[in-house]
Amino acid sequence: MNASAIIFYIISAFILGAGLLAMTTRKIFRSAIWLLFSLVGIAALYFWLQVEFIAAVQIIVYVGGIVVLIIFSIFLTEQSGKEMPKQSITRTIASVLAVLCGFGLTYLQIWKYNFQPSSKNFDWSVAKIGSQMLNTTTGGFALPFEVVSLLLLAAMVGCIVIAMKPPKPTNGKAKEELMEKIKQEGEKELGITEISEV
Amino acid sequence: MNSVPLSHILFVSTALFFIGMYGLFTRRNMITMLMAIELILNSVNINFVVFNKYLYPDRLDGIFFTIFIITIAAAEAAIAIAIIINLYRSHRSIDVEKASEMKY
Repeated sequence: MNASAIIFYIISAFILGAGLLAMTTRKIFRSAIWLLFSLVGIAALYFWLQVEFIAAVQIIVYVGGIVVLIIFSIFLTEQSGKEMPKQSITRTIASVLAVLCGFGLTYLQIWKYNFQPSSKNFDWSVAKIGSQMLNTTTGGFALPFEVVSLLLLAAMVGCIVIAMKPPKPTNGKAKEELMEKIKQEGEKELGITEISEV
Repeated sequence: MNSVPLSHILFVSTALFFIGMYGLFTRRNMITMLMAIELILNSVNINFVVFNKYLYPDRLDGIFFTIFIITIAAAEAAIAIAIIINLYRSHRSIDVEKASEMKY
């Protein structure tokens, strides 16, 4: 076992410990902070795998964006120091059993499958990723790129529409009265006799 | 570099996935459920990158899928939080058990 392997086991223990604490602690704000540590640990795992670009994206988007958003929403909705109510013991036991069985079955399959790692070197570069991302020929990712850009636009507009306070209800009559008022005031102030439709 | 076998890295991602599942089963608070979903998506990302690096090092598809998943996760988190805040305004609670008006 060399230094690289030891670093990997330390990183993975950190990820799993922080993730487990994020899912079991009963204070919601602490849960968000443990999630932050877990995501930083995953970024460290990407650094260990020498895919620095993904690690940077992970830190920027998850740590800088999503966790901050989650903390904001905690402040907007709950008292952050309050403890969440305890779950019933039957539900906890059932969840633990389900999760352990699922993990056991999945890992058994992974363990038995004989992976054949390639001996070639993994050569990626940001330039390569960029040119393949915008490539329209076979193997290019130009279409998903455009679809994702549309999706982000739609998500942004959707967020604004959902979180916006509903506008005051204005029925047709009130609107007509308002138009009349505007017309009269315009006539008074400017001395204009006719006003085109606003 | 390949001092750690592939199955050990897959152990980490599988364990992280099922930790997220555990959180999704036990938590009844919408924000913490959202955190569980983020953990699950992250474990999938680890899988994509590791498979790309160990099994198909001459291609970049795993990296592209990871980038797209991260993008979609960001959009999904933003939408979910907008919905949660709107629900909190109308119900004064973000417990999934209490938001049962459209259930039946």
